[in-house]
Amino acid sequence: MSVLETYRAPQSLDEAAGILREGNVTVLAGGTDVMPQSRIGKLKLQPVLMSLRRVPELRGICEEGGTVRLGALVTISELLESALVRERLNVLWQACDHFASDQIRNAATVGGNLCNASPAGDTLVPLLALDARAVLVSKPNGKLQERRVPLAEFFTGPGRTVRTGAELLAAAEVPLPPRESVGGFYKHGTRPGLDISAIAIAFVARREGKALRDVRVAFGAVAPTPIRAPRAEAALEGRAPDEPALEAAASAALGEIRPISDLRASDWYRRELVRNMLKRVIDHACRM
Amino acid sequence: MPAGCDIAFTLNGVKRELNVPAGMSALEMLRDKLGLTGTKYGCGEGECGACTILVDGRSMNSCLLFAADCDGRELVTIEGVATTPRGERLRDAFVANGAVQCGFCTPGLMVQASSLIERQPCATETEIRRGIEGNLCRCTGYRKIIDAIATAATEKSHE
Repeated sequence: MSVLETYRAPQSLDEAAGILREGNVTVLAGGTDVMPQSRIGKLKLQPVLMSLRRVPELRGICEEGGTVRLGALVTISELLESALVRERLNVLWQACDHFASDQIRNAATVGGNLCNASPAGDTLVPLLALDARAVLVSKPNGKLQERRVPLAEFFTGPGRTVRTGAELLAAAEVPLPPRESVGGFYKHGTRPGLDISAIAIAFVARREGKALRDVRVAFGAVAPTPIRAPRAEAALEGRAPDEPALEAAASAALGEIRPISDLRASDWYRRELVRNMLKRVIDHACRM
Repeated sequence: MPAGCDIAFTLNGVKRELNVPAGMSALEMLRDKLGLTGTKYGCGEGECGACTILVDGRSMNSCLLFAADCDGRELVTIEGVATTPRGERLRDAFVANGAVQCGFCTPGLMVQASSLIERQPCATETEIRRGIEGNLCRCTGYRKIIDAIATAATEKSHE
């Protein structure tokens, strides 16, 4: 049973962090996870429901000094409509294009997707591959304080992150990849719309002649959290994406994933998908 | 007893003020508090699109939106869409194409189609299919719905 008593809508980051510090708060962004999860009892609503929608500091996409800041309240639709995201963070753009439905893309936020921390969260996998950082804000002693956590260290389990109850996710920061970067995103579901991934793959690298440099591979829905695959990355680093290199990366990846069987796919099928689709994603991205 | 929240918003062009419980959804507010039953309750978890409304011009599932979060916003429901020229074109096209069977998904589809045509007046069939991904119809198999939306979009582009 919900004990929700009050709804609050702070108008600044300072005010929001203050409310959070008082405790007993459920943080609300787009609501597309909070509402259904609270209805089925998966999420217990706290006495205070704090909507972030009036906090201007959490909005907007901007680039400064080689870092793209995605405000926590940026919706999936806003990411799709951003020329900067489409041109420079294309792997994230591709994931947003496969995200749920138009109605949900219009409400769901990047901050909500990150804090919901689903192993299958659509934006999490490309953001991991882009080396993004979570910007966490709190107000421990009357002053706003920030800390930055690499996404690779942000997720601790299904639905769990390193964010404490007194912290708000303010933004995701993404180092702008060089223009000669290549990238690809693949999500396997049984239908194109509104499907939760059986597996997701994100690949980002820089081309240096034929060789791949700064290779980053991330997977979703094959472990308790979205994961980076450092051994698959190492198998590709400095090599041309030819058949032996792709095969080596796929073999390495199979040693890094820990898929389960659930209603979306068996662990065997998830392994087969990773083995085959990783090669295809990389090959496809490098031919573009 | 929680006091609820006082909210003010625009509904189909009319300013409204209301007191709503903090946990109430926009869908419950529309149907149960305001009697606007054109917006349908289908799945209650954002899968079916029967409860689609426009919020500040963007389509959303009203079952996933807290009523309290409607404060200061502009809501348009099927009752509002139906009286616009685009809504009338869509209604006529749904009828002419036989796109309505049981009718439960129709309000949500018309609101979503209206939003789609506004953003993409020359939407291709693929774009229409993508645009209504969040609306389930268990009767028609979608063919006639897609034809209806294409018809309404074509008429608009001829204006």
